[in-house]
Amino acid sequence: MIKKIVSVIVLALVIVACSSSDGDGDKKAADNFDRQTMLINWADNIIIPVFQDLNTKLESLVTAKDGFVATPNQANLDAFRTAWLNAYKVWQYAEMFNIGKAESTNYVYQMNVYPTTVADVEANIANGTYDLTHANNNDAVGFPALDYLLYGVASGDTAILNVYTTNTNAAGYKTYVSDLVNQMKSLTQTVLNDWTSGYRDTFVNSTANTATSSTNKLTNDFIYYYEKGLRANKIGIPAGNFSTNPLPDKVEAYYNQGVSKTLALEAIDAVQNFFNGKAYTSSTTANSFNAYLDYLNMAKGGEDLSTLINNQLNVARTKLQALDANFTNQINTDNSKMTIAFDELQKAVVLFKVDMVQAMNISVDYVDADGD
Amino acid sequence: MDFNLRTYLAQKTDAAPLAVFRLLFGVMMLFSLIRFWANGWIETLYISPKFHFTYYGFEWVKPLGAYTYLIFIICGISALLVALGLKYRLAIIVFFLSFTYIELMDKTTYLNHYYCISLLSFLMIFLPANAYFSLDSLLKKTSFRTIPKWTIDSIKLLLGIVYFYAGLAKLNSDWLFKAMPLKIWLPSKYDLPFIGENFMQQEWFHYAMSWSGMLYDLSIPFLLLYRKTRWFAFAMVVFFHVFTSVLFPIGMFPYIMIVSTLIFFDAKFHHNIIAIIKSIIKPFRSIYNIEYKEAYILKKQHIVLPILTVFFAIQLLLPFRYLLYPGELFWTEEGYRFSWRVMLMEKMGYTTFTIKDANTGSSFMVNNSDFLTPFQEKQMSFQPDFILEYAHYLGNHFSSQGHKNVQVFAESYVALNGRLSQPFIDKTVDLYKENESFQHKTWILPFQDEPSITNFR
Repeated sequence: MIKKIVSVIVLALVIVACSSSDGDGDKKAADNFDRQTMLINWADNIIIPVFQDLNTKLESLVTAKDGFVATPNQANLDAFRTAWLNAYKVWQYAEMFNIGKAESTNYVYQMNVYPTTVADVEANIANGTYDLTHANNNDAVGFPALDYLLYGVASGDTAILNVYTTNTNAAGYKTYVSDLVNQMKSLTQTVLNDWTSGYRDTFVNSTANTATSSTNKLTNDFIYYYEKGLRANKIGIPAGNFSTNPLPDKVEAYYNQGVSKTLALEAIDAVQNFFNGKAYTSSTTANSFNAYLDYLNMAKGGEDLSTLINNQLNVARTKLQALDANFTNQINTDNSKMTIAFDELQKAVVLFKVDMVQAMNISVDYVDADGD
Repeated sequence: MDFNLRTYLAQKTDAAPLAVFRLLFGVMMLFSLIRFWANGWIETLYISPKFHFTYYGFEWVKPLGAYTYLIFIICGISALLVALGLKYRLAIIVFFLSFTYIELMDKTTYLNHYYCISLLSFLMIFLPANAYFSLDSLLKKTSFRTIPKWTIDSIKLLLGIVYFYAGLAKLNSDWLFKAMPLKIWLPSKYDLPFIGENFMQQEWFHYAMSWSGMLYDLSIPFLLLYRKTRWFAFAMVVFFHVFTSVLFPIGMFPYIMIVSTLIFFDAKFHHNIIAIIKSIIKPFRSIYNIEYKEAYILKKQHIVLPILTVFFAIQLLLPFRYLLYPGELFWTEEGYRFSWRVMLMEKMGYTTFTIKDANTGSSFMVNNSDFLTPFQEKQMSFQPDFILEYAHYLGNHFSSQGHKNVQVFAESYVALNGRLSQPFIDKTVDLYKENESFQHKTWILPFQDEPSITNFR
């Protein structure tokens, strides 16, 4: 009896194994995808170089700020603004890496929560005492608060300079803007130091497939950034996709009035480069989602997902490029172009969140409950 | 066939297997509940969510805030009493009710094995599991050596249905001819020692696992029934369930099934178990003298038997209710639950909701994380009845916030078994006007695939 059953099972398996291998002969090139090389590529060629560059740009920001605080004149204001924009552009590459020290220090929430709350900024300056790390101050620090202090604190450059010179509390403004910049620099330095002194090894050696392993966490961060940081914050929320009416004052760099598109384009480049595993400082590419999906696709013989994702990101970029440099203008003149851009960004959310995650079989949440 | 029902129902069998089953069932349940609590799941799954997905007809079953812990305590104590066989009938009724209440609180957490436990505990209400080796028999100073044979057979039948129907469910073209979803699941287990980097990555292995899983489910009830294959079958049971528990996060289920299948062994085996337990508790052995009687007579057998007949008829028919619905079962999930479709498909979705003013046409999208936990959002995104219930919740919520003429539209994309995602819900249908029922949901878009999934069962 036992022999019969075993032989039936074996026979069935042999038949299946043979019949299935006929049609799709070349799918068997199942050379293992080495996930660690993906983590190493992420850490060494993307994440650490991004934080190094951000740190350098913030160093320049500190220098420019020091010059401005010492001598608040138009030339120093311009230099300060330029340094702010240079650092803000690099920030678009860093925001998605909410892992390690960045996660434990709430780094992301102290760098780019917008719109900034002017009342909070002004209250802090008036009081002269504040804890910049406190969650209540997340909307009064970082790049958006600087955006206000550099472009929106008064109307016109002369009036802005007056705030830092002739205003009765000019010293308070100078101290606050100085503290903000120093804080951004010091937070970034902490995150960078952690990466270069040990966390990098922890990161690349966490190769398992669990909810807390590197690939899973960073994939979640990546998708979260794309869906929330890019799609919703930069486009959807100001365009009114989540509210009854458009909210043009919620664009990124609202007070600057000219770079919201620049920043959004940097962000979509950051997303696509990371997806393709493109090094931050050169054009070489190595293992990332793109290659992983190709590997998995080869194994299961499905759709060419990586191409679909790249194509969709390209379409979304085209729609972003069609927008006014100042999203506030775009919303006030023709908001439909904003919502079109949102719709195209949204399509890639589906590809990331459903198709890519399913292919990689990654859990998108941290609730661990039993399955069956 | 000279099978005579009357003769069969009069047959007696040794009471030990049922007593051991009762004991192990109670212990496993108690342990499961403690584990559930220790993992913090009472809080994360039942207390912290603002909103709960209910079962049609059981909308009134809801978590009771902090008192939810009380339900778990009651359930745990009753499980312990079942194990001890103390006030057994009351204990198993309380266990069945409290456990089922817990499962009905939120269908986000639906698992086939929870349903299996509800069914088993319902069945056990009618069985004399305390007739032998129980505190009840100790206190009454009466123990029965034999019980009606059908009582043990009914448990075997239920377990057999679970396995066999799970096997039938695997008879579909995705499982057998595409090795889906194992082809997605197994390669992601690359971090397993020894087999992760080689076997798990091989296509032939995915097929081997699919087919052997199917053959296992279909054949195991029969292999367990026949004495000659029983030990072989039990070894398979242990191997299969331990293997799946290594592969998948399925909690206690594998161990519950391993322990449950012991019921198929003969009485001698169970007497050995009892002997071991007795030697462990020897120091506490009672001074009572128990009078051993021969046959336990079920007092209300003429009522119990019709109830169980209906019960099993439902068990046999319910999994086939999907035939009454049009469309692809895996896609619509109409008639999917309560049918032993275990680890059968990989399905993910992304569903967003738009609230629209019917008069002005102005609209906005909902941020699901404002209302749902990540786990709830995940489950909602690909199951139509979840989507509908949530749409009504959103409609009510925004109406009560003062929004006028509220319409709720869902845009949904779902990927099934490695296929590319495709639109799932008709986004032009105002779901706030649709009502839950057992009717087919016409606003589910048809599954587009050539060739479609074939069910062979």
